[in-house]
Amino acid sequence: MNIINVFEEDRMDNTPDEEVVEPIIQTKDVNVYYGDTHALMGIDLDISPKRVTALIGPSGCGKSTFLRCINRMNDTIPTCRMTGTITLDGENIYDKKIDVVQLRARVGMVFQKPNPFPKSIYDNVAYGPRIHGLAANSTDLDEIVFNSLQRSGLWNEVKDRLDTPGTALSGGQQQRLCIARTIAINPEVILMDEPCSALDPIATAIVEELITELKERFTIIIVTHSMQQAARVSEQTAFFHLGKILEFGDTSEIFTNPKVEKTKDYITGRFG
Amino acid sequence: MQARLKRRYRKERMFKAVGLGGLMTGLLALAVMVISILSTGLSGFTESRLHIDVYMDPEIIGTIAGNTEKERLHSLMQINYSALVRNSLRQKFPDVKGRRNIFSLQKLVSKGSREDIKQRLLEDESIIGKTITMNLLASSTVDMYLKGQISRHVDQSERKISDKQLAWLDVLQAEGRIVKGFNWKFLTSGDSREPELAGIWGAAMGSFLTLLVTLVVAFPIGVASALYLEEFAPKNKWTDLIEININNLAAVPSIIFGLLGLAIFLNLFNMPRSAPLVGGLTLALMTLPTIIISSRAAIRAVPPSIRDAAIGMGASRIQTQFHHVLPLSMPGIMTGTIIGMAQALGETAPLLMIGMVAFIVDVPHGVLDAATALPVQIFLWADSPERGFMEKTSAAIIVLLLFLVLMNGLAIWMRHKFEKRW
Repeated sequence: MNIINVFEEDRMDNTPDEEVVEPIIQTKDVNVYYGDTHALMGIDLDISPKRVTALIGPSGCGKSTFLRCINRMNDTIPTCRMTGTITLDGENIYDKKIDVVQLRARVGMVFQKPNPFPKSIYDNVAYGPRIHGLAANSTDLDEIVFNSLQRSGLWNEVKDRLDTPGTALSGGQQQRLCIARTIAINPEVILMDEPCSALDPIATAIVEELITELKERFTIIIVTHSMQQAARVSEQTAFFHLGKILEFGDTSEIFTNPKVEKTKDYITGRFG
Repeated sequence: MQARLKRRYRKERMFKAVGLGGLMTGLLALAVMVISILSTGLSGFTESRLHIDVYMDPEIIGTIAGNTEKERLHSLMQINYSALVRNSLRQKFPDVKGRRNIFSLQKLVSKGSREDIKQRLLEDESIIGKTITMNLLASSTVDMYLKGQISRHVDQSERKISDKQLAWLDVLQAEGRIVKGFNWKFLTSGDSREPELAGIWGAAMGSFLTLLVTLVVAFPIGVASALYLEEFAPKNKWTDLIEININNLAAVPSIIFGLLGLAIFLNLFNMPRSAPLVGGLTLALMTLPTIIISSRAAIRAVPPSIRDAAIGMGASRIQTQFHHVLPLSMPGIMTGTIIGMAQALGETAPLLMIGMVAFIVDVPHGVLDAATALPVQIFLWADSPERGFMEKTSAAIIVLLLFLVLMNGLAIWMRHKFEKRW
C-alpha cells in the first residue's frame, strides 16, 4: 500500500534530521486539575516533529488528559483547570491571542471510538476543508477528499460509494475515515487517543501501517494501551504513571533497557 | 425447591393476568368512548332536505337590478324569501288555513334555505316566473325527527314537533320528497344559531391561526432555550433553578396561563379580544415548557463523540451545534413540538379567559380577526339547549380527534423517517 506518492512534492524534502531536531511541541510544568483532583503533575515533554511519540501507562494515569491539552479539548470540560505552558512551533497555545478553532485546525485528533459524522463519506472528509475554507471550489474540494481518502488507504474501498453514510462502514474503515477527515485539514500534529482499541487485529494492523506512513508528513502523538503497538509504531515513548512522566526516551531504549523499575514492571506486564 | 419454582411461576402468571386486565380495561374505555362519539356524531355529517316545487313569483322577487355582482347581490338581499317558501309550501298543502298553522308549516323548512334560493337566482335569472323543484334544507327539528332523535310516540306537548307537522311530513315522505345528503355546510361554514346551518370551518380556521402563532412563537424560543441550557449555560445554582422552574411550568394548570394572557396581552398590551394572535401567544406560553423539555432530551441524546469529533475538527461551538447537534436532534425536537401543538390544539380553558369563547359566525381570515377554536366550539355547542347541537358536538369532536390523530401520526412518521443511527 504505497500512499506517499500522492503527497505534495514541497513537503517531501522536509525529512527529519536524525541528529538535531527542534521540538515541535514543548510542554513545561503542565498541571491539570479536574475540580479537586490533580490529574497531571508537572509534565515536561518535548515532542519531535515527523515522529510518532507513544504515551503509555496504566488506566487513569493522565495520558488522555495530556493529549487533550495539546489541542485544548479540555476547554470543553467546565471543571478542568490547567497551568503551565504548551508551545507549538514556539507559540504558547494557551496564550490569549491564540484562536482555539485555528489551533485545532493545526492539531487534529483521532478518537478512541471511531466517530464519523452521520453524513456521507464525502461530507465527512469535506467537512473540515469546508468550515476552514480550504477549498476554493468544488474541484478543489474533490481533490482534497480524494487525496485524504487515498492517503488513509480508504479510496479503493469507498470510491464507488462516496455518498453512502460514513457510519455504514466497518469499524476499521470508520477509523480510517476519521483519519482521512483529520488529514483533510492538513494539520501539523495528529493526536490519536487509543485509535485501535475498538478494532480487530487486522484493522489494527492496517491502521498501524497507516500511522507509519503518515509520520512522513505529520507529527503523531498516540496514546495506547498496547505495548506491542507502542513498540511497533513509535520512535519515542513516554511512560505515564499517576499523573507524572516516569520515563521518556527512544522507544527501543525504553522497551529494551528501562531505567525506572516501574516502567520495567509495566512493560513486562507485572502491573497495570 | 420444586414448590418454590411452582410459586414463582404462579406469581408470574398472576402478574401477567393483572397486566393484561389493566390493558383490556383501558382498551374497553377507549372503545366505549369512540363508539359513543361515533354513534351520536356521525349523523351530524348528514342533513335532510325537502323536495319542494318553488314558484319563483315575480311579484315577490321583483327585478334584480345592478350590473356588478356586488350590486346584484345587494338587490338579491332585499327579496322576501320566506314568502316564496311559504307560498310554495301552501301550494303543496292547500288545506292549511290560519296564521298559526301556516307558520308551523313554514317551520318545516330551515331559514337557511334562503341562501339556496338566492344562489339559484344569482346563477340564472330566467327562472323568475317559473316553478322549479328545489331541495330545501329541512329545519333542525325535522332533521332530528327524521334521524330518529325525536319519537312520535310521546305526547305532542313533550316534543318540539307537532302532530300536524308530523302529518305533513308523512305526506312528503310517502311521496318520496325527503332526501338525505352529506352536510357540506358543516365542514365549510361558520357557527350559527340554527343547528342545521352551523359549521366548524370558522372554529377550524381559528384553531389553525392560533396554532400557527403558537408554533411561530414557541418553536424558535423553545429550541433556542433548550440549546442554550443544554450546550452553553454554565451548570450552577441559577441554571438548576431555571431547570426546576421549567419543569414546574409544564405542570401548571392551563387556565393559569389563560389568566396570564388576559392580564398581559389584553390588559397590559391592549391586544384585540378573541383574536387568534392572543390565543396563540397564550398557548405558546403554555407549550414552551413542553418544547424545551423535549428538545433538551433530544439534544442530550446526541452522543458526545459527535461533538468531540466536530470540535476536534476545529468547528466552533455554534458550528458544532448547527452542523451536527441540531440536525441530529431535530426529529426528537419535532416530535416534542408536534405533541406540544396537539396539546395546545385540544386546550380550551386558556382560550376562555381571553375571550375566544364568543359566538362568532364569520370565518376568520387573519390573526387579528375575532375567532373561536375547535375545542371551544365543542364547549359552546355542548352548552346549547337545542337538540340539534348534540350531534354537532359529537361531530366536532370527531373532527378534532381526527386532527389530533393526524398530528400524532405525523410525529411518529417523522421520528421514523428522520431517525439516524450512529
